Amino acid sequence: MTATLSPHVVELTTSITDLENLDIRLRADASSRQVALRAISFSVIWLIIGSAFGLMASFKLHMPDWLVSSPVLTFGRIRSAHLNAMAYGWASSAMLGVSVWIIPRLVHTELRVPKAAEAGLYIWNIGMVLGIVGILAGYSDGLEWLEMPRYWADPFFVIGGGLVGLSLLSTIAMREVEHLYVSVWYILAAFIWFPIIFVIGNWPTFSGVESAAVNWFYAHNALGLWLTPVCLAAAYYFIPKILGRPIYSYQLSLLGFWTLGFFYSLNGMHHLIGGPLPTWMITTSIVASGLMIIPVMAVGVNQHMTLNKRFGALRYSPTLRFIVFGSVAYTLVSLQGVFMAFREVNRLTHFTHVTVAHAHLGLYSFVTMIMFGSIYYILPRLLGREWVSEKLISWHFWTVGIGQIVYLVPLTVAGMVQGVAMADPTSTWEQVVKAMMPGLIGRSVGGTLLTIGHCVFAYHVWLMFRGARSRQGLPPFHEVAPIITRRTKASFVSGGAA
Amino acid sequence: MTRIWLLITGVLAIIVFATSLLVVIPNTMIGQVRVPSQLAPYTGQQARGRAVYVAQGCVYCHSQQVRDPVYTSDKDRGWGPRATVPSDYVYDKPHQLGTMRTGPDLINIGVRQPSDQWHHTHLFNPRSLMPWSIMPAFPYLYDVRDSSSLKPGEVFYSVAGGKLPTGKVIVPTADADALVAYLKSLKRTYPVPTGNEPAARSIGGRSEQTMP
Ligand code: HEM
Ligand code: HEM
Repeated sequence: MTATLSPHVVELTTSITDLENLDIRLRADASSRQVALRAISFSVIWLIIGSAFGLMASFKLHMPDWLVSSPVLTFGRIRSAHLNAMAYGWASSAMLGVSVWIIPRLVHTELRVPKAAEAGLYIWNIGMVLGIVGILAGYSDGLEWLEMPRYWADPFFVIGGGLVGLSLLSTIAMREVEHLYVSVWYILAAFIWFPIIFVIGNWPTFSGVESAAVNWFYAHNALGLWLTPVCLAAAYYFIPKILGRPIYSYQLSLLGFWTLGFFYSLNGMHHLIGGPLPTWMITTSIVASGLMIIPVMAVGVNQHMTLNKRFGALRYSPTLRFIVFGSVAYTLVSLQGVFMAFREVNRLTHFTHVTVAHAHLGLYSFVTMIMFGSIYYILPRLLGREWVSEKLISWHFWTVGIGQIVYLVPLTVAGMVQGVAMADPTSTWEQVVKAMMPGLIGRSVGGTLLTIGHCVFAYHVWLMFRGARSRQGLPPFHEVAPIITRRTKASFVSGGAA
Repeated sequence: MTRIWLLITGVLAIIVFATSLLVVIPNTMIGQVRVPSQLAPYTGQQARGRAVYVAQGCVYCHSQQVRDPVYTSDKDRGWGPRATVPSDYVYDKPHQLGTMRTGPDLINIGVRQPSDQWHHTHLFNPRSLMPWSIMPAFPYLYDVRDSSSLKPGEVFYSVAGGKLPTGKVIVPTADADALVAYLKSLKRTYPVPTGNEPAARSIGGRSEQTMP
């Protein structure tokens, strides 16, 4: 192939794409195939379940007499079932799959002890079922992000996550490359951090404000040391991979990685600003939140510069479209978060729907979009066939793209109005409630669009698993000529690359 | 990076450092908070009510904390005479501080609403009292009965706002009674216990002592 390329293109292709030769990719994919496929199918099931809960919770906030006859369906339970199904079921299962698929490719060897990884995945998902049933039945532990019952659901996550981590660690230990790529650092770190923070978060001895501190120490780290690093790892893998050019700066990668770990781990108390905690704890977290600018900018600049002058590629690679959407959202949500961590802002936005909008900008626009993009890339390679329909991909992208705007914008605005109204002691609570209504209704409309998008996506994934083939046998959007990088069509076809 | 052990060591060092700073050290400090003499432990019934509160997930809409009056309006809203402090929560396990105020703060609801009638009709259907409320109704905490079927001495409530057909009343279940007992116990209005507040809590540069 190289013979037909211009020198300019040859220079571009000294990237991770070519560091992994075809044979290595085939061996790597074959070794992770089983686990990754299972993980993806579990994750999509949780996505649908989580959407049903989320939509129900959303409607309940403006239709408070809807489905109230049973405690199982009360808002408080449905809402925590939503959070847990999405964060630990959808996002985390997808992350397990993406991790076991990426690591062997990056360290040029087969996934080691794949049986442990597979067992880990099953154990994790059994924990999920027990956890959700526990919450709905009224056995929540009562701590946000840690609702799933401490003794009969949580151990499954430590063991399950630990087993997948063990398999990844053994794979990295047996690596056949000298250099560890930045995605490997993030994934390895996340799999070491998760079991540790999850055990600390669930430690049963704390009470009072200490239990609040530990609660938010955990919950923040679940975002910053678990969900974020794995999703950044995926972005760091797919952006250069699809563009066929190396990551912009190794130094920035290094800086971004270590400062993320060091500062994020100290962020937790910014969820309790103004709360009854020793001031130094909250101040520590506010300072660490401000310092998050460093890793956020390092990652943002690095990924943007890698993409620079190649934006045309977004048109023909659905993976890239979702991943770049996610990366941009990462920068946005983080800058918003830094802002919200300052006392002057937090006194208004804390306790309002601005937080919920921020949460979805993070967990949806960043985490979920990156996972969609990853699955679009991985599934055709593991199943050996192309996505069935361009139309379904477009429908998915645009429903969730527009859905997010309709979800986030009114909710953020209404949250701000709510915050200002609350800060004014002369406004009555009735006025505060009325201020948030447009946002709550907007969210239900946006959430409906998102749920439609999820159903389209799930249907497409189901078609893939069922063995449906696209009519032309070519990758989606292949006719949009990839002029930007001037590489041959063959190197972009998702099936063709491996 | 080429050395896996360096990576693992760094990753572990980060989490050990953060855990020491935000979990272990506070544990030794907050662990010494003195129990305020005016704060009674929950009775058996109140504790049961607290479990009902946790199981229904009230925390997702209601906080239980008053922030510093210097830079928030929590006090002016009537949610409490002072900012709450660590010793106010010594009996709370799990904590229910909350991060959302879709509804108002509840740490002093026992002071604001001492009436059983108010709480029961409100829980049965909040819109019987406030038509604009978006709080869910909790009808499953009540038995709806014909007023003619009541036995002598049985406690019952009528519900306003047309939320029940005429002739019907509600009888609280044991869970509802416990929940209301818990809500009525939520009072943190006594003066800040002095003595050994951990490291002079001071938000926004003012220390606790300067507050009314
Ligand atoms: C179908 C689309 C979705 C809808 C309609 C939806 C709706 C909701 C609703 C109504 C709440 C409760 C907010 C409140 O308490 O006021 C919520 C909270 C939450 N949802 Fe979603 N959601 C959706 C998708 C997702 C996804 C995909 C994720 C994660 C991957 C997610 C993660 C969360 C989290 C973490 C919270 C807690 C937010 C906080 O505590 O501030 N949601 N969602
Ligand atoms: C530099 C980065 C970030 C900073 C400084 C930051 C800051 C904050 C702050 C201050 C809050 C608390 C709001 C309140 O209750 O008043 C918050 C909540 C939240 N953040 Fe971030 N954020 C950052 C990035 C992210 C990212 C990348 C995600 C998603 C992966 C995320 C997800 C969330 C969620 C889910 C909540 C709501 C937690 C809950 O109440 O359940 N944040 N963030």
